[in-house]
Amino acid sequence: MSQFLLILHDTTKALASISPEEMQRVVERYRAWSTRVAEAGQLRGGEKLKDEGGKHLTREAGKYVVRDGPFSEVNEVIGGYFIIEAADYKAAVAICADCPHLDLKGRIELREVDAM
Amino acid sequence: MSPPPDSTGPDPIPPLVDHLFRTEYTRLVAFLTRRLGAERLGVAEDIASEALLAALKRWPQSGVPDNPGAWLVEVARRRAIDLFRRDRVSVRMETAIQAELIASLDDAVPVAAGTDPLADDQLRLIFLCCHPALPRISRVALTLKIASGLSVREIGRAFLSDEIAVAQRLARARKLLREIHAPVELPPAGEIAVRLDAVLDVLYLTFTEGHTAHEGDELVRHELCHEALRLAELLLQRPDTAAPKVHALAALFCFLAARFPTRLGADGIPVLLADQDRSRWDRMLIHRGLQHLDRSAEGAEISRYHLEAEIAGHHSLASTWDATNWPAILTAYDRLLALSPSPVVALHRAVAVRQVEGDAAALTALEAAPHLATLGRFPAYHSLRGELLVGLGRTGEGVSAIRRAAELARSTPVRRLLERRVAGLAVANVMTRDPGASR
Repeated sequence: MSQFLLILHDTTKALASISPEEMQRVVERYRAWSTRVAEAGQLRGGEKLKDEGGKHLTREAGKYVVRDGPFSEVNEVIGGYFIIEAADYKAAVAICADCPHLDLKGRIELREVDAM
Repeated sequence: MSPPPDSTGPDPIPPLVDHLFRTEYTRLVAFLTRRLGAERLGVAEDIASEALLAALKRWPQSGVPDNPGAWLVEVARRRAIDLFRRDRVSVRMETAIQAELIASLDDAVPVAAGTDPLADDQLRLIFLCCHPALPRISRVALTLKIASGLSVREIGRAFLSDEIAVAQRLARARKLLREIHAPVELPPAGEIAVRLDAVLDVLYLTFTEGHTAHEGDELVRHELCHEALRLAELLLQRPDTAAPKVHALAALFCFLAARFPTRLGADGIPVLLADQDRSRWDRMLIHRGLQHLDRSAEGAEISRYHLEAEIAGHHSLASTWDATNWPAILTAYDRLLALSPSPVVALHRAVAVRQVEGDAAALTALEAAPHLATLGRFPAYHSLRGELLVGLGRTGEGVSAIRRAAELARSTPVRRLLERRVAGLAVANVMTRDPGASR
């Protein structure tokens, strides 16, 4: 078994136009998804990150520099992450395939934890 | 990596309360508008949406808080304060006003057990949305958007109108409220009766739009009816707005909503009241309607809502179409026609006349209806006239009238129902060689 990190990229624009009733349905689907993954013993962790975009640190000319996020050019922020357990990428993709995050035009980045 | 123990999966928590997000949206807009004023209605709507969005992102991972309403108010309050602190320039605000707004947002929301601390704010919001300075249709749109939490798309779907047109109508309504400095208060005692009429009119229109069987999203239509009833019952929670006619309107809504399970056949074609399976009507709603009807009799005034509720109540209590108390219904229609003469009331009255006095009397009543030209645009007028003519043996004329009704029908299901009737009559006509056909 390997561990995979699901990085949830949010595009907040897609969310702006949905109705309260639709939001509620999304929350229900999310909870159903994470409950199912947890009950299958595949969920190892996960947290929501704050929306403000965070800080970006670099070292330039010997001094560290802090910049405010978000960092990508498409106005995306990383909204949160999950850690799941799966045999391989194929199995991990199958777990993510019906994650409601995708219904919200969000993007899931899937990375295998290097256990070496 | 070792995640915190509580993040290994959400607890097995029950599903969210039905319409929680929508209901909370209106509570948030009410809370914010009360404090920010009608001129910042748009800002209040945006902050309410943002608070729900925060819940949408947060709750799936952290679980739903014990008191979702309080959690959301807290998020909205913080967002509003942040907005006024940070973005003072973009909302063009003077420092004094800014300080005042922040102070008002900081006021604690009193919490009393068993009551909604924001119920009064919601009532103020309803009166604001139904402000008499707004055109009638804008009042309906604004009430649905703000007091019911429907999205622009949902309102468009319910009213078969363009999303952009709805958005523009809402924008004009907000602008008008801003320009006239509409207060976010309950109207003063001297005005409340008149203003209440405007609110009831909006609720009635909303319910009717949801209830009238023409095309559109059936689910959203039921939501309109549900919302009209919810808002009526909200008005009933407070003594100054709990007039007997509000009970009458709520009773009417309950009786009509009780028939929802039988309104459409399996093929999506409407089922006439005469043919509905009454055992499937919602007994709980009928019971609730009867309680409201009881309370509606407490005043001296008999409004049109009283009469309509009485009529709908007779239908709800009858075991069959024929066993219905038609004389009582006819009396109620007579009074209704005297109180608010309208082509639609005359049309419905003619149905009652037919049951009590027969086809000839009904045809006479129908043709004596006020605004006959207006009535001529309604498919229901032609189909009733057709049925009466058929009943009088004038089958040929009757079939033409029903065919005319089918041509005018706005919705496909209704048109199919009428066409089916025309086909049935044509077959019967050939079989019996009805003399009326040669006239």
